[in-house]
Parts: sequence; C-alpha cells; structure tokens
Amino acid sequence: MNTLSLALRNLLRNRRRSLTTVSAMVIGAVTILVFGGYSRNIVLSLQTSYVMRGGHLQIQRKDYFLFGSGNPAAYGIADYQRVIGVVARDPVLSPMLAVVTPTISLGGIAGNFAAGVSRTIIGAGLVVADRNRMRRWNDYGLPIDYPQSPLTGTAEDAVVIGNGVARVLELCEPLAVPNCPRHIKTEAAAGASAPADITALAALESRPTAQTGEARIELLAANVHGAPNVASLRAVKAERQGFKEFDDMFIGMHLAQAQRLLYGNEKPQATAVVLQLAHTSQIPAAKARLAELLATTLKDEPLEVQDFEVLNPFYGQAVGMFAAIFGFMAVLIGAIVLFTVGNTMSMAVIERTAEIGTLRAMGLRRSGIRRLFMAEALLLGLIGAAAGVAVALCVAWLVNHAGLTWLPPGQVDPVPLTVRVWGETPMMLVTAAGLALVAIVSAWWPARRAARMLIVDALRHV
Amino acid sequence: MNVVTMNRIGKTYHLDAVDVPALIDIDLEIRPNCFTVISGPSGSGKTTLLNLIGCIDQANCGEIIVAGEPVQKLHDDALSDFRARHIGFIFQNFNLLPVLTVEENVEYPLLLARVPATERKRRVRALLEAVGIADKARNIPGQLSGGQRQRVAIARALAPAPRLVLADEPTANLDSHTGAAIISLMREMQREHHVSFVFSSHDPKVLAEADDAVMISDGRIEKIERRKLPAEGAA
Repeated sequence: MNTLSLALRNLLRNRRRSLTTVSAMVIGAVTILVFGGYSRNIVLSLQTSYVMRGGHLQIQRKDYFLFGSGNPAAYGIADYQRVIGVVARDPVLSPMLAVVTPTISLGGIAGNFAAGVSRTIIGAGLVVADRNRMRRWNDYGLPIDYPQSPLTGTAEDAVVIGNGVARVLELCEPLAVPNCPRHIKTEAAAGASAPADITALAALESRPTAQTGEARIELLAANVHGAPNVASLRAVKAERQGFKEFDDMFIGMHLAQAQRLLYGNEKPQATAVVLQLAHTSQIPAAKARLAELLATTLKDEPLEVQDFEVLNPFYGQAVGMFAAIFGFMAVLIGAIVLFTVGNTMSMAVIERTAEIGTLRAMGLRRSGIRRLFMAEALLLGLIGAAAGVAVALCVAWLVNHAGLTWLPPGQVDPVPLTVRVWGETPMMLVTAAGLALVAIVSAWWPARRAARMLIVDALRHV
Repeated sequence: MNVVTMNRIGKTYHLDAVDVPALIDIDLEIRPNCFTVISGPSGSGKTTLLNLIGCIDQANCGEIIVAGEPVQKLHDDALSDFRARHIGFIFQNFNLLPVLTVEENVEYPLLLARVPATERKRRVRALLEAVGIADKARNIPGQLSGGQRQRVAIARALAPAPRLVLADEPTANLDSHTGAAIISLMREMQREHHVSFVFSSHDPKVLAEADDAVMISDGRIEKIERRKLPAEGAA
C-alpha cells in the first residue's frame, strides 16, 4: 500500500463526488481537444491548399514581393533555368524537394468581347506537369483528392479560369459551369463592342476560328516594355479556386503563353521559382541552404526566398486567430477545472479532518499529508484527462463520420466538417498533462491547509 | 529510566482573547512497563496532559522528556518520526482509516516507521492473532463492531513496538462488557509487550487496573498513587 493506492481508495470513498469532478474534467478535455482538432484541421487544410498551389518556398527577384506584382516584367528572374538546375542538383536540397518549377504571375484584363464584358485578372503561367505533381502533395493525409489540372494535354493557348471569371465573362454556358447564375443584360451592362485600339491589338494576335460552343477570351497584359500585349486564348474549363476573391480573378495558362505575353520574342523569364518540399518542417533547413546558394552559386542575380506564410498572410492570421481562441478556451476551462478540483479537495480535507489528525499523531509528516492530497488530485487529473482524451476521440470520430459540411470564411465551396484529434499526439499529451497539472495546482492550497492543521484540533473535529 | 518525565509543565489556551489555563505546574513521571491511569472530572486537563505526553501538542513552559528525548527541542518532522517510532495512540472513536482493511490499518504505522515488508507482515499477523481478530484481517473497519474496532486500534498502536501507548478514554464508546474486555486485553498486551500504557479515564474499572493512578483536577495534579511495582521485564 503506497500513497497512490491510498489516494485511489480515498477517491473511491465518495464515488459520486469523484465522478462529478472527473466529468467536469472530461467535458473540459473534450471541449479543448475537439475545438483544437477542428482548428488544427482548418490550419492544415489551409496549409495544404497553399502548398499545393504555390509550394513552400519561392525564389523571387529581390523586392518582387513588395513591388513586382505591379511590374512583373521588370522583376523577372532572367536565368531561371539555371536557378532551377542549381537547386534541383544541390545535394542538400534535392532530398527535400518534391517539385521545383518556374512560374509567372501577371495582371491584366480578360475580355469576352463577343459578350461585351471584361474584367481585371490575375494570371498564372504554369508548367502543367509540375503543377499536377504539386497537387498530389498531402503530407497530413487530408481527405482531399485534387484532380489533374484541366490544362493537362492542352495546346499552348488553353487557359483554365475561375468560376467567378467564367460568370463575369458570361462563359458559364460553353464551359458548362454548374450553378452559375444567368446574366440578364441591361442597357448599361450591354456595352458596345471592344474599344477600337484593343480590337486592333487583338487583331494582331493570330486567332484561331472559334468553334461552336468554344469559350474564347482575349487577355490584355503589359509587356516588358510597358506596352499592351494581347493574347487570344481558349478557356478549356472553369474551376473553383477556393477563395471567392481569387475565383473571380484567376486565369491559369501554360508558362510559355504567359512568357509570350510578358516578354514577347525576348528571352523568357519567370517571376518565381516554386519549391515544394516533401514536408513543411523542412522549411527552415531549405531556407538556410537556399540562403547559402543565393550568396554563392546564384549571386549573379539579386534573388530572395519567401516562404508560403509570407506569401499568404491570411494563413498566419488564421493560425493566430485559432491559437488565440484556443488559448482563451483553454484558460477558461483550466479555471473551471481548477475550481472544481479545488472544491472537491477542500471538501475532502474538511470531511477527513479527524483522519488527518490521526495520521499525523501516528507519525505521518506534514509533507506526507500534502503528498496524499496532491496524489488524490493527480489521480483525479490523470483519470479525467485520460477519459477526456478517450471521449474526445469518440466525439471526433462521430463528427468525422456524420457527413457534416461547413463553409469556411472566404471560401466558395462547403468543406467537410472534420475534427482532427486522432494522430495529434502532442495536442492530446499537452491537454492531458495540462489538466493533470491544473488538478495538482488546485489541490495545493487544500493540501497545504490539511498539512498545517494542529493535530489536537484535527483530532477534536467531529 | 522513566518513559516520561514532565517538569513544571504549564499549558494555557487562548480563547477569544481570554487565557484559560489547562495545566498548571505539572511534575509527573511515567514509569516504564506500567499501566498508568490519569483520572479526573471532565475539563480537569486529562486530555491536554495526554496530548503533551503524546507529543501532539506543545506546552507553554516546562520540560518534557519522552523515552529519553527532550521532545520540545524537536522540530515538526523529527517529532513526527519520534511519534512513529516511540508512541502508539488509541482513540475514543477508534480513528481507524476507513478505506484500509484491518491488516492494512495495523500495517500503516509500520510503513511510517519504515519497517521492511516481511517484518511488517509477520508483526501484523502476530498482533491480529494476539488481539483475537485475525479472522477479520481482510475486513474494513465499517464491517466491524465497536469492540472489534478497538481491538484493531490496540494492535495498530502496538505495531511499531512503541515505548509508550496513550489511550484517551478508550472505553467511552463501548458497552460495559466490551469495555471490560478491552481493558483486560490492553492490560494483557501491556504485560506481553513490555510497554507503558497511559490512559485518561474516569471509569472505576480502568482505575482499578492501574499500576499508577494520577488524579488531576483543575489542571493540577492532586495525587499520584504508585500502587504496584512495574511488571517483570521493565527497563
């Protein structure tokens, strides 16, 4: 019989009160873990989405991130093929790399002049095969299955556009976009044909004859000299882009097409070299190695490296927001557990005052009394935490298999409501340890009070 | 050597800013291997005197030597260890630990005295046999009668082989027949284990059994009767 065994028997002595206390801890643990699992899932989904699209790291011309989006032609990487070669062959980086691919970001105006509509867009020039590989990145085993890019196997003039772009450019019908509201033209909206100068520019572009049901757009962008350049492109598919703002502006095209728009017949460049790593945890090591390469082998061009968190500030904001909510909840629940266990232990001390006096008279030291009550609180904490983790796993399983969906802020499509508790060992351990610690802390004062009782007073207690 | 020596002991309680003297100028010697009864009317200071002898309360003045140790100089942990080794307690309300079985209750003081496991088991078995409750070893106190509980309490008090066993009105919660049996058992244990028993009681039957009787009234010792010589085997 040791202190823990005696503590356990003392807990079982008042089963109902112990059960109530453990229940409070279970509810606390479930709340923390289920919300933690939910927010963790959102964060990992966001991360996966960003890494699929833009990789973990991007090598860009210096200051492109700050100023280049307004003038991508001037902030291109001239010798991007060499950069890719150096990175891909580097013995330190290559084991970490999943994909290395060039990309071009450009801004412009897309028009469906047949319908008399246009809108500003953000274009992306992509190497389709590389992008298809990037879409397979799913380091966290999320229940997602991205199909291949619709640009796979298409001609150079093919583009994929966001559903929002298709809607605004009135291309829903030829692209068979589901749930696309039909546009009813008003006098103001039904503009005249394209301006003469734009039409003239478009006429310079060799334009294949439009087939019946084909969706063609004209894309106007500023070339490297600041002059307008127009490409006539064939939209092969409209594809949802997750975030509405992006969905309303996105046009994806082959890299060569984007390069022709920006650089014409001059030497093609890329606005970034995208690096997708095998694991997000490799970012610091990869960044450190890239910094060495940029200072040595690749020092000819002023380049810099940005990670996906810098490139996508929303990710950091979302992580911060969920961390703040999680922390707030954890503190509240910790306080509830603190007072619940503290109250239970205080009651136990009062009820067992004579027993405390007896133990002290028999020769148990003050520290022994303290240890006994702390052990009871520790057991309560451990039992509550273990039961809480088990119940949280069950609740998470039920939620994950209930087929629930929800619409995250800024997104256009509902996503499965998923609670990621199983596999999040650090979160479970920290929550369990935290609850056990709170239980011990809450018992400290009652245990101290018990230990400091005068023996004769305690023995007199009825 | 006396098992307890008290020189000019005084104890005063402070109740609502009023000083209430409980013991005044007590000089007392408890002989080894004796059955000593402290007797007196309610409020005379019997329990306070027992508490001081048992090192669970502090005197305001004077000197107390228990088992050769001037206990007032010991700090709390040392005093706890001292009690665990040298003093056994028997309470009016038995004060057994309700979550422990009979044998575990008897074993508990041996754990405090850090007695090895095999020796603990041997002593517990022997004591339970001696107090006639071996068949209830696996029972918990709630399953025992008052007399049986007090037998367990006696075994527990004797378990660490103390120099001194203190019993505060041990028969007060028992019927007269059971009380007499318990007194008889304690007397037997006292002789068998060569230990000094000190009682507080105003039960004439207990008083009749005493080797030494200490009469106390209003916090002062009125009379000490040394009736019998200490039993054989005394230190």
